[in-house]
Amino acid sequence: MLISFLLIPILTAIVLLFIKKDTLASQTAIAASLATLALAVFASFNKVEAFDMAWLPNLNSRFTLEADGLAKILILLAAISLPAILIASAKNEYKQKNIFISLLLFTQAGLMGVFLAGDALLFYFFWELALIPVYFLCSIWGGEKRIAITFKFFIYTFLGSLFMLIGILFLNAHTAEHSFSIQAFIHANLTGGQKITAFALFFIAFAIKMPIFPLHTWQPDAYEQSPTPVTMVMSAVMVKMGLYGILRWLLPLFPVAFAAHTNVVVLLSVLGILYASFIAIRQDDIKRLIAYSSIAHIGLMNAAIFTVTGMAIQGALIQLFSHGINVLGLWIIADILEQQTGTRSMQQMGGLAKKQPTLAILLVGFALANIAMPLTNAFVGEFLMFNGLFILNPWIAAFAGISIVLAAIYTLNMVQKVAYGEISEKINNMPAPNKAAQAVLIILLIIVFVTGVYPQPLFTLTADTLEKLLAK
Amino acid sequence: MNAIIVSTLLGVIMMFCSWGIKTQKTQHTIALVGLFVLILSNLAQMNGWYAIDFDTKGMLAFTRFGLYVNTLFFIITFIYIWLNGEEIAKFDNQAADFYALFFFILCGASILTSFDNLLMLFIGIEILSIPLYILTGADKKNLFSNEAALKYFLMGSFSTGILLLGITFIYGATGSFHLVEPVLRPSDGLPKEQMILSAGLLLVFAAMNFKVSAAPFHFWTPDVYDGAPTVFTSFMATIVKAAGFIAFITIFNSQSKALGYTWELVLSFVIISTLLVGNIVAVFQRSVKRMLAYSSIAQAGFMLFALYGKSIYANEGIILYAVVYSLATIGVFGVLIKMKENSFEAFNGLAKANPLLAFVTTIFLFSLAGIPLTGGFFAKYYMLNALYAAGAGLWLIIIAILFAAVSVFYYFKLVQAMYFVSGEPTMHEVPKKYTYALLLIAILLLILGVFPSVVFNYLYF
Repeated sequence: MLISFLLIPILTAIVLLFIKKDTLASQTAIAASLATLALAVFASFNKVEAFDMAWLPNLNSRFTLEADGLAKILILLAAISLPAILIASAKNEYKQKNIFISLLLFTQAGLMGVFLAGDALLFYFFWELALIPVYFLCSIWGGEKRIAITFKFFIYTFLGSLFMLIGILFLNAHTAEHSFSIQAFIHANLTGGQKITAFALFFIAFAIKMPIFPLHTWQPDAYEQSPTPVTMVMSAVMVKMGLYGILRWLLPLFPVAFAAHTNVVVLLSVLGILYASFIAIRQDDIKRLIAYSSIAHIGLMNAAIFTVTGMAIQGALIQLFSHGINVLGLWIIADILEQQTGTRSMQQMGGLAKKQPTLAILLVGFALANIAMPLTNAFVGEFLMFNGLFILNPWIAAFAGISIVLAAIYTLNMVQKVAYGEISEKINNMPAPNKAAQAVLIILLIIVFVTGVYPQPLFTLTADTLEKLLAK
Repeated sequence: MNAIIVSTLLGVIMMFCSWGIKTQKTQHTIALVGLFVLILSNLAQMNGWYAIDFDTKGMLAFTRFGLYVNTLFFIITFIYIWLNGEEIAKFDNQAADFYALFFFILCGASILTSFDNLLMLFIGIEILSIPLYILTGADKKNLFSNEAALKYFLMGSFSTGILLLGITFIYGATGSFHLVEPVLRPSDGLPKEQMILSAGLLLVFAAMNFKVSAAPFHFWTPDVYDGAPTVFTSFMATIVKAAGFIAFITIFNSQSKALGYTWELVLSFVIISTLLVGNIVAVFQRSVKRMLAYSSIAQAGFMLFALYGKSIYANEGIILYAVVYSLATIGVFGVLIKMKENSFEAFNGLAKANPLLAFVTTIFLFSLAGIPLTGGFFAKYYMLNALYAAGAGLWLIIIAILFAAVSVFYYFKLVQAMYFVSGEPTMHEVPKKYTYALLLIAILLLILGVFPSVVFNYLYF
């Protein structure tokens, strides 16, 4: 069953290459991604058999897919985001749209592979494969400065993953039987110093992907220049690869080295959170604002994981999902605004509440989730994470806490500029509301509030991962 | 043994072929049939059937490794000739002359995979090199081609001289041309013989570096690769270079011990400088052909890892690397041949004009850059593994990785030109059949990207 998370998107993507009609291509992709979603929902509530197949006998690497709570929650996120993105952007015009969608599906397959892989080499394989389609998506369909900026993004992440490859090679050489499985890696025979080296090699890759300050410079540009559907995939799901890597590989493999680096990493993360928040306040471009806000949120999750307290990690596990949903909602709204007004500058917006009240209400809903108001899903996660940070060090928690205030400033400022005030010319010229996209937003908003009020299913889902992580 | 004899015979047959048979097409077919016979005869020997069997008195040693590498070289040559038949026919000469030279080169390559004596190494290198000088100057009316041929000939002869000097020194020190474990040990203090042996080995090392175009002996490479007709550059940069590497490894797998720690130092220096020169200079090239010349230097840097020490990864890795690199390079050159110019701009907008061709080129470039799902990834992985298994420090691996990231810059420049820059590619007519042939190579690379072991499984059974 787990293999179908790879097969459905890949096969559909290949079929799409030959469907030249835009609407048909779009519908096929939506149908396939909904099927994946159904499977993901089923997998979330049931026990799933691991998939295991011989792959590279000479290297002793196996094609192993397995799903625990952590994998399931991210699979679910990836499975939700793709149909949401496809439906919301169904009306957008792109040249050669079938190839555009096909590449999106390839990306999804790569992401699924990353989240499911139980073998380090396989993990690396998918880690890179998720990047290639995004490279083409951004470079072909992106904004004006797309080529240089996407290349920067590509080189950054490629370099990071090469370091991880050395780490994998290094650990593999020190395992009994030269295996690549997680279990073998955990029991690898390394001295303390070697563990620190290996830790660093892996960490660089994950830190670039998340990204952690000061390795974040690729991100705002890349988010801004990418076509918005791609930005959604990148920001809702792809950045989670870094956090996932930390939870799946880094923490179980090197618990001691991990704990030894708590202070440095938490400090960097908190610095990054504040830095990104301050920059977000100054942004006029709505996409850049969301991008910087996203850096701040990811930084918080990373800091929480590095505190190695149960509560904070639980918070981060849930926030992986919640942040994805929230940011997806914000991006979809940003995309609608850009498509319908032709601008991303908030200066030129205003009065949305009068022109399209539904969209404005949805915007407010997601804005509240973005500042983690109680009753929204983000509150649950952030509360737990701040709690963990507080246990580690009250001062750090206090500094990180400033970001809540800053988040309120930039998010509400955005709402104010976009939704209220005089109706601007651009907003006034908006065509009729995009019903399909609004339907998607409403569903996402329902998820936001349901998981905000009743987060227990998410706790249950991730319980096994948490237990495993804390057993170390 | 079969391969050496049959390839020589085929070379002679091809030479006289142009008397009786005038059509290029028939000559092409004869060459392909000949290659097929060559492959069969070599496979026959792998299974214990000899055409002529006699005692070579320790001059040649036929190992499964060497014979298998032969087979792969012949298969790649087959693909190469099959792909480039029309291109080879474009010269004024009879194509049969060139095919004859190819067979002589293959004869040299088969000696290089099976020599057990330094004299045979010398003969193999010479048989391999002399046809190459001719091929470089094949475009008789082109001054660059002439210049390249002359340069290559002068520099090549000089390095052969150095090789001979090194062999002489080794003979002087050990009294033998055989590749047995050195008689003298470094731990004996530093007697005169030991010094002479070391000097001899270093001279051989330098000469071999020249042949595989490793820095700092690479200076001939860009000019020669650039000046030679593209179709022959493609052959020089792949099979010839790979054969050189096999010989290189055969010598130094056993002999490097005589150099003690100096060996690791010298080799690390050569590896780093080769990676540095190849990658950094390639970034700044305006011509795709020159970029590929420098990239071939950079790739040689990766192949040098197999020399660092004996390990199963090194053996399997060099085979995989040679195959993957050769296929990808033949592919890229195959596309380049169809361009009217060698500049990056010539590729602008290729994705629009000919999506399939752009796609296969992307696969070739990805493979050269070592992106997963193409054979290049596993080739690089095996090489890094070999380096680590041989006891190299992590720092060397990290340097290698950094340069692998640099290589993405220049390979992707071509991808960017094809896909993201709009324009009209300036190219000759590309027949459908030709594109499909390239697609076949690309598919082979993709298969190797998922199941790399298909290449070296036959090493064992």
